[in-house]
Amino acid sequence: MIDLAVTVNGRRYERRVEPRLLLSDFIRHELKLYGTHVGCEHGVCGACTVLLDGRPARSCLTLAVQADGRAIETVESLASGAELHPLQQAFHEQFGLQCGFCTPGILMSAKFFLEQNPAPTEEEVRAELAGHLCRCTGYASIVDSILAAADKLRAQ
Amino acid sequence: MGQPLRRREDLPLLTGRGTFVDDVQVADPLHVAFARSPWGHAEIRSVDVSGAAVAPGVAAVLAGSELPELTDPFAAGIVHRLAYYAMAVDRARYAGEPVAAVAADDRYLAEDAAELVLADYEPLDAVVTIEDALDPAKPMLHEQVGSNVVVDRTLRYGDPDAAFASADLVVTETLRWERYSSTPIETYGIVADYDAGSGLLTMWANFMGPMTLLPVLARSLRLPEERLRVIVPKDIGGSFGIKSSLFPYMTVVGLLAMRAGRPVKWIEDRAEHLIASSHQPDRVGTRELALTNDGEIVGLRAHVVDNLGAYVRAPEPATTYRPLGNYVGPYRVRNVELHLVDVVSNKVPTGPNRGYGCQQVYLETERALDEAAELLGLDPAEIRRRNLIPADAFPYETPSGGVYDSGDYPRVLELALRTARYDELRQVQAAARAEGRLVGIGIALAVDPSISNMGYVSVALPPEVRQAPGYLHKSGAADWAQVRMGPGGKVVVTMGTTPQGQGHQTAVAQVVADELGIAPEDVATVDEFDSHTSVWSVSTGSYSSRFSGIAAGAARRAAGVVKRQILEIGANLLEAAVDDLELADGSVRVKGSPDRAVSLRRVAGVAHWDPHSLPEGLSAGIQASEVLHVPTSAPPTDDDRINSSHAYGFVADVIAVEVDPVSWEVRILEYASVHDAGTIINPKLVEGQVYGAALHGLGGALLEEFRWDEDGQFLTGTFADYRCLTAAEAPRISLDHIESPSPFTPVGAKGCGESSSQSAPAAVANAVADALRPLGLKPSHLPLTPARLWELAEG
Repeated sequence: MIDLAVTVNGRRYERRVEPRLLLSDFIRHELKLYGTHVGCEHGVCGACTVLLDGRPARSCLTLAVQADGRAIETVESLASGAELHPLQQAFHEQFGLQCGFCTPGILMSAKFFLEQNPAPTEEEVRAELAGHLCRCTGYASIVDSILAAADKLRAQ
Repeated sequence: MGQPLRRREDLPLLTGRGTFVDDVQVADPLHVAFARSPWGHAEIRSVDVSGAAVAPGVAAVLAGSELPELTDPFAAGIVHRLAYYAMAVDRARYAGEPVAAVAADDRYLAEDAAELVLADYEPLDAVVTIEDALDPAKPMLHEQVGSNVVVDRTLRYGDPDAAFASADLVVTETLRWERYSSTPIETYGIVADYDAGSGLLTMWANFMGPMTLLPVLARSLRLPEERLRVIVPKDIGGSFGIKSSLFPYMTVVGLLAMRAGRPVKWIEDRAEHLIASSHQPDRVGTRELALTNDGEIVGLRAHVVDNLGAYVRAPEPATTYRPLGNYVGPYRVRNVELHLVDVVSNKVPTGPNRGYGCQQVYLETERALDEAAELLGLDPAEIRRRNLIPADAFPYETPSGGVYDSGDYPRVLELALRTARYDELRQVQAAARAEGRLVGIGIALAVDPSISNMGYVSVALPPEVRQAPGYLHKSGAADWAQVRMGPGGKVVVTMGTTPQGQGHQTAVAQVVADELGIAPEDVATVDEFDSHTSVWSVSTGSYSSRFSGIAAGAARRAAGVVKRQILEIGANLLEAAVDDLELADGSVRVKGSPDRAVSLRRVAGVAHWDPHSLPEGLSAGIQASEVLHVPTSAPPTDDDRINSSHAYGFVADVIAVEVDPVSWEVRILEYASVHDAGTIINPKLVEGQVYGAALHGLGGALLEEFRWDEDGQFLTGTFADYRCLTAAEAPRISLDHIESPSPFTPVGAKGCGESSSQSAPAAVANAVADALRPLGLKPSHLPLTPARLWELAEG
């Protein structure tokens, strides 16, 4: 067992964990933050994506101990109370989700993406989204959501 | 109704507060891992679980060999009785078939212990392809059947022999389509808790129905149905039919909970999902069309073989039979012969997958029709025009017994051609061809059946079986909704439809609000299935695109009863006649005299607080619970006709592609899709369904493929091997709709959840065939991956 200290959504956690524990399982089952979803456990579908020190990471391909001393952001960090993040608001307005299972990972990737590229083209959004699988929407409404969120964020 | 209202389902899902099956909280659950066969086909000499049983953290172990003692085989609607148990008993029949299950304190320990299960296998020759299954020299999977062909029926309607004998032209197309699946991003999941005192087994599972499978499950567990409680968590992470097939795992997880005396949880991983959940069958289908020189189709023959995998798992062989009522699609042809064969093989059992059996039928017909058009020198649009059922023919009875409720197929086709700018596309194609580029255009038309008749699978049984004394017929497609008004005048609608992201609550609020003249925000909605508290029947569930027709229809009926109650109370309070009143803006008022009004709050208050003052015949409170029965869903006739669905929408897809002659990639240049799904409740929800369905169809036709080697080894066990379409390849679709309200559903709506999943494969295959025609190449093996097109080009 290994001691681990991480900051998740601004709150510090200290735990003893098995070295083989996946970060995705740590977040979900140790920290009880169920917003992060697990879809493939081999790094393709992107549902489990969180931000690790501000950059997207597949939590299913990361060991919990690799997050020691680092800061994690999950989907639970996006809204401030009842106020949705512009990305969440845009997904709601553009019908950017159906079952919602892949959505948390996409939101976290998109947050980083729009920080890097505040005025993306549709093609750039599609290239970024190719790291995520969604089986409900056919992607068009997700692309529209991210483009709309970019507009909102730029206007802020 | 008809407004693009935003979804009330979104907020929890966007903020990480959904409730999926892996989020269900039970105290201190054990976690399950399976030991699975590494062989496609092998005798199991022994399974030794003793090492696993004493591994750290292990609380219970179950070997497949124990199942005949503890369970009964799962029933399916065919003549032969295959012994299908939840795990392999003495023979493994597909790579990945479970042979033992272990429950331990956490999933890591369970997986460690599962690796300690020692099974001794004697490998057998594997039956992999359809040709293998039809080869009598190959081993039989189920010796008691005497063959790997488990269903073989020939159905005749009209006089197909005469039609073919007198035809000017007969075209024959054979298409092979490998397996794919809609692979929801959330895998299967089950939580089981057994109370030894009461003998009640409670299971939470992301199971989507049909609830026909609950009696099948209860019988396998040898539990009376009141001792099996199944609860579907509020959120399911996609299904598209696939999660119907999770019920065999419920038997295992339930048994482990009973054995361990503790709650038990199993969350399938992706590798397990790809190898051992459920696929669409691989299929070889031949379509013969008999035509006149004018392009009129006078006869249609089908010869199809569906590969159902190792066992026939209910509701299979429904893939082969679901399209029965709409086999002729939108065409007038009356002389039809269908030779329908189902085989078993060493692949995972099959099950429902978005479109369920129809994409195969339309691929075969639409490809053959394009080849006929080419031979007759007709434009593909023109040959279709010449065969469409006219708009004044509805309701239209098809030769195989389908009753098409409403539609205007010519109008939809013309609108699709306009939306795609078809004539302009043909000019673009001509110019591209002149430059040597491979550009093609494909059209596909699909009659979109919704609301399956529980009786259609019975056609897999020969009439003499169905006519025998004691045979029990099946029919129907009912579902339920309840509407009630609380003492404060607010409305709650309750359903049990097991949604998977379709937005049922948003839509039903619109339907009920419309009926009651209130705002959708004033309608609270609950959509949760619990077999002990929901009102349900065997047809309940979210499959066969049935929500808007049946559940929303039941809600509308219930709201209509509630409206009548409100008006009667209002009439009493206003001293007016019911016929003179209307419901509007949250009040009951006298038509033409809006001053004479009473609020719904006041009406509800009287019903709840002062029922003594109610008019005679009214009960306390305001509520109605309606089961919408579907009388058009009758059992099959003795001559094999069946109205296999209750409503029939229509889709016209036009797709233009360019094929790269070096990489052989297919790029979509244009996709136009026009739908008639009857009355539209919420256009944005419909758009979402069409987009998702189209992508599943395109994925299955162009890229997605489960593969095995000749020994039955599975080759596509990750999402890197089984490749789904991503946003980088997914097209924009130019969408349009017409609305021909269904006379058979209370809202006038028909399903649209499967829509273009049935037409996109045919449209894109026609487009690729059109693109390759100058090279003299005809693709006939799907999916049309770059590798497969390259092989075709290389000869």
